[in-house]
Amino acid sequence: MFPILKSQWLAPKVRQLVVEAPRVATRHRPGHFVIVRAYSGGERIPLTIADSDSKLGTITLVIQAIGATTERMCLLKQGDSLPDVVGPLGKATEIENFGHVVLVGGGVGTAVIYPQASALKAKGNRVTAVMGGRSKEFVILEKELAAICDAVYPCTDDGSYGYNGFVTGKLGELIADAALPVNAVITAGPVPMMKAVANVTRDKGILTIASLNPIMVDGTGMCGGCRVTVGGKNLFACVDGPEFNAHDVDFASLTDRLTAYRDHERSIWARLQSDEAHKCKLQEAMAEAQAK
Amino acid sequence: MPLKASERMKIQRQAMPESPPDERNKHFREVNLGLPPEIASMEAKRCLACKNHECVAGCPVGIDIPGFIGAVEQGDLERAANILYAANVLPGITGRVCPQETQCEELCLVGKKGKPVAIGYLERYVADWARANLKRTIEIAPSTGKKVAVVGSGPAGLTCAGELAKMGHDVTVFEALHRPGGVLVYGIPEFRLPKVIVDQEVKTLQDMGVKIECNVVIGATMTVSDLMQQEGFHAVFVGNGAGLPVFQNIPGENLKGVYSANEYLTRVNLMSAYMGLQADTPVLRGQGVVVVGGGNTAMDAVRTARRLGADPACLVYRRSEKEMPARVEEVHHAKEEGVRFEMLTNPVAVLGDEAGWVRAVRCQRMGLGEPDASGRRRPVPIEGSEFEVECQVFIEAVGTKSNPLLTQATPDLKLNKWGNIIIDDKGMTSIPGVFAGGDIVRGGATVILAMGDGKKAAVGIHNYLSTGVPTA
Repeated sequence: MFPILKSQWLAPKVRQLVVEAPRVATRHRPGHFVIVRAYSGGERIPLTIADSDSKLGTITLVIQAIGATTERMCLLKQGDSLPDVVGPLGKATEIENFGHVVLVGGGVGTAVIYPQASALKAKGNRVTAVMGGRSKEFVILEKELAAICDAVYPCTDDGSYGYNGFVTGKLGELIADAALPVNAVITAGPVPMMKAVANVTRDKGILTIASLNPIMVDGTGMCGGCRVTVGGKNLFACVDGPEFNAHDVDFASLTDRLTAYRDHERSIWARLQSDEAHKCKLQEAMAEAQAK
Repeated sequence: MPLKASERMKIQRQAMPESPPDERNKHFREVNLGLPPEIASMEAKRCLACKNHECVAGCPVGIDIPGFIGAVEQGDLERAANILYAANVLPGITGRVCPQETQCEELCLVGKKGKPVAIGYLERYVADWARANLKRTIEIAPSTGKKVAVVGSGPAGLTCAGELAKMGHDVTVFEALHRPGGVLVYGIPEFRLPKVIVDQEVKTLQDMGVKIECNVVIGATMTVSDLMQQEGFHAVFVGNGAGLPVFQNIPGENLKGVYSANEYLTRVNLMSAYMGLQADTPVLRGQGVVVVGGGNTAMDAVRTARRLGADPACLVYRRSEKEMPARVEEVHHAKEEGVRFEMLTNPVAVLGDEAGWVRAVRCQRMGLGEPDASGRRRPVPIEGSEFEVECQVFIEAVGTKSNPLLTQATPDLKLNKWGNIIIDDKGMTSIPGVFAGGDIVRGGATVILAMGDGKKAAVGIHNYLSTGVPTA
């Protein structure tokens, strides 16, 4: 069992868990992920490690409630446990001195770029972070990134905070600034965003790394479910990635493969909600009975 | 009055009671129901207890086969069980999944004239009896004070762990998945090997003092050198299997509905996707399912698809049925269950609809040419023979490669050109004190060969720990 030492909301439907997993914490490097089961009988889902503390033996996970499993994970409180956490998996980010690196995070993807920011900074880079969210409350980890980076640019789709527009707009501005040329871009977040980021940097020839999030089962190379087409070759995101040169990634295929289980997800979700509704009705009925 | 050999030879080989094909192709319960006691005694009488007992030489773990069958004939099942356990810590598993027809039973003297003694059925009979009736008391040697790490809880790892525990070593097994058993729980379906049997065999090892830690990937969570230098293990056995699935590299493999057999079986078995909406982990079903491959994994996948409602559940193999590496019994069962066999056929492309879902597989007929390196006749495409099989799910069971996670993190480990670990005749790798066995050494092989390796390595490790050298 992996005890949860801290659990809090970072944004609506975005929860941060600090989990005791000493062995994972010891070997964690930026870019690594873990496979987690939220409860016995649950799915195995990949989550990027957002932070770690090898002295305390903890790792930090950021979860967005988007389906049955993640909804239930977001209900976990301090004192609860995760039955299974395995990792650190995947290849770590190649941390080099690029010069000026722009990290582009969208939604919970911002949690992926956070550990990269510290490592890149320690390597002597100028580090700029661009964090996108639908509106102000969806921009996460701004304070934490600001403490590390040379500059941070929150962006909101509705203009409620920071830069008014998509992260790609801000990234375009940064690239256009001749005073601070951009040498590398690392991006994590929704697939359409990473695809758009790759399109912005492609013609400029700026090295761009994307952290991909395909569906996985084991996370150790055994099932091949996470295969993605990179440079015309099929690679396994779990052992060959999850980070790849964004200019070589077939984002259309990745987007499509992510929809494979949408019907099942909906049905499971409906089942959970009817279970909940059933429970509520039962509780009402019991309360009524007691009142009588 | 003991029977004469001629009387024994007159007894026909007894049949294994089976769940009827039309019922079992709709559920996941076990196909073979096990021999009733009177049938088992009758079968045991067929053994001649011949002088050369060649059957034993055919057994990768060297079970005293005439010994245990003799005990069954005498009705002393406890003694039969102890004879099995002496050579094999997992008889309930091997009695179900061994390819007996190419091992012990192939060499059986009775089989030279008629059908061989049903050694596998009898092994399962004794193991099942023992599990229900016998409090297993395995003699454990006094503690040696030596710690051994076993990487992987599949057949090689479990066997090695059991043998080492018997010798008095302090054994910890590290498993990457959340449940121990390796291929026995993620790969082999319930209808061939019920999970409860694996769980009980694992429990037996734990009762013997073996510790099992899940969620540890050696090569990621810890390295082999961490185990020896930081965790204080005196020796390591690597039995992490041949994990990486091979894809055929044909067009359309990234369409939704294409699986490796590993993924398909893992979803259905380990993650319980056969329970449909009662399981969180889904698997795509589809009316038509095509599986490519000719081994046991292909059989497991296509029979699983059949049980999940596929019609047709179609098996495509590029050679002829004779060349299929699958166990004869699995092929027979698959046919009974309504699996469609398309032999001498090879998929050349997966075809999709506009929404990215599989709609068919384009196949090509093959002829047989000259024998290739494997001694089997090489399949040659027949021009103009292409045709389509409609399906929504396409599963590739064409083999696995060695998983590089552990080996890449262990640079001193010598590998062959396929990435398999090289061992000496004692099972030791190029790193002193590190042993290996099973599929990570052999490439894709069988449960029993992995168990044989685990057992051999346990002897090697024991000698290494006693003397500093792995003498046999």
